[in-house]
Amino acid sequence: MIDIVNSLPNLKAYGTPIYFIYLLLAITPLVISLYFGKRLVKYEVLVNIVFIYLMFDARNWPQLIALIAFLAWQTILVLIYFKYRQRANSSQIFYLWTFLLLLPIIIVKVTPAVSGQNSIIGFLGVSYLTFRAVGTLIEIRDGAIHEFNTGHFIRFMAFMPAITSGPIDRFRRFEKDYQKVPDRQEYLGMVAKAINYLFLGFLYKFVFSYFLGSRLLPQLEAKAMFYSPHFTWYLVGVMYVYGLYLFFDFAGYSLFAVAISYLMGVKTPMNFNKPFISKNIKEFWNRWHMTLSFWFRDYIFMRFVFTATRHKWIKNRNTLSSLAYLLNMFVMGCWHGLTWYYILYGLMHGLGLIINDWWLRLKKKHLKWLPHNKFTEFIAIVITFNFVMLSFLLFSGFLNRFWFGGKF
Amino acid sequence: MDDIKNKVIEILADVTSTDEETVRSWDGQDLFQNGFLDSMGTVELLVQIQDELDINVPVSEFDRSQWNTLDKICDQIRKL
Repeated sequence: MIDIVNSLPNLKAYGTPIYFIYLLLAITPLVISLYFGKRLVKYEVLVNIVFIYLMFDARNWPQLIALIAFLAWQTILVLIYFKYRQRANSSQIFYLWTFLLLLPIIIVKVTPAVSGQNSIIGFLGVSYLTFRAVGTLIEIRDGAIHEFNTGHFIRFMAFMPAITSGPIDRFRRFEKDYQKVPDRQEYLGMVAKAINYLFLGFLYKFVFSYFLGSRLLPQLEAKAMFYSPHFTWYLVGVMYVYGLYLFFDFAGYSLFAVAISYLMGVKTPMNFNKPFISKNIKEFWNRWHMTLSFWFRDYIFMRFVFTATRHKWIKNRNTLSSLAYLLNMFVMGCWHGLTWYYILYGLMHGLGLIINDWWLRLKKKHLKWLPHNKFTEFIAIVITFNFVMLSFLLFSGFLNRFWFGGKF
Repeated sequence: MDDIKNKVIEILADVTSTDEETVRSWDGQDLFQNGFLDSMGTVELLVQIQDELDINVPVSEFDRSQWNTLDKICDQIRKL
């Protein structure tokens, strides 16, 4: 039995070209039936299960069990809350339930910070699944979700193309897509887009990301480390190369996830929209890892501001928005991991957003004479790009090795 | 122009710290894409709709693509 398990290929999502061959073969029946206006629901469940299973190899079976237990935990909690919300709406229950949903990810994030070892319940995709569950819980509380089907919820949570690293979809949006089958014209448009995204993804991930991340970056890092902790221009090289690698790697992955979703007749939202042409940091967050930043915007920033305004905690709107930016980005930093560089990365972006707003206000009030043209826009793009690259250097954790020999 | 639209223009002028004339000039344009309204302004808009028109808009019901012009905001308010 173990031999059979060991002989199964370990298919890390979108990791190798062979993965795409298996995946595309497996979803071909879905594509054909969607072309004829039908969803093969049962077959799709089977494909989902098989590919999720193959993401874990034999040695990783505790992770697979962790994933199943986690899914069950989240689903049961959301289901109980939905039933509860039909007759009552207490804030305490809502906060308790949010905490219970967050409990697994808190354990996953806190364990390495405390014991230096990864938590046993950690698995790929735990944080992305948590976002989906918490988002659904909040919308149930708002009374925006009127129907709750457990099977549909699991399908949404464990939607294979996006299970490991997003994009983070929303239950209501996903369900709306799923309830109807796109007509032939629309579906052909989706297939055309999917093919486009797949090839763009190949270029990003297997050409640019590979060259930057696996060829260039190790060399530059080694050279920078040779002089560590003293500054050399190699460090600047590490900064730009890592930043670009991060973009191509993640944007490439996201394009694959969106492409496969489209082929399966689901319009999973895009994650990136030319982030490096942003003219300020606020625009950057509307273009970079969009499903994550919109999640934070809608479920943390807006709700915090809403509650604070309602209870009149802070009168001054500029103080309130600054505080909300800091909170929002601090939580995002912690979510990446409880290390000094992730948290500082979050705070740096929070501060960036505050300065950005302050500058926009100053310009509107006192600097009306300042010209606005292609040249000033170009300057703004350059400043934003370099700020972002600096923040990614922090994010990479390289400075932890560079300054402290990786001690922290 | 109807009452709701006038009210929305009044609120928008307040939350974006401009005047009603400026807000009127935005008619038909995308409020978010043009940077007239941001998340902060959006929340203030929702709070004021609640206070002044006594209409409760849950944040979940706020979908940017449905609230991005003056007329769409008015339509959404009429629906609730």
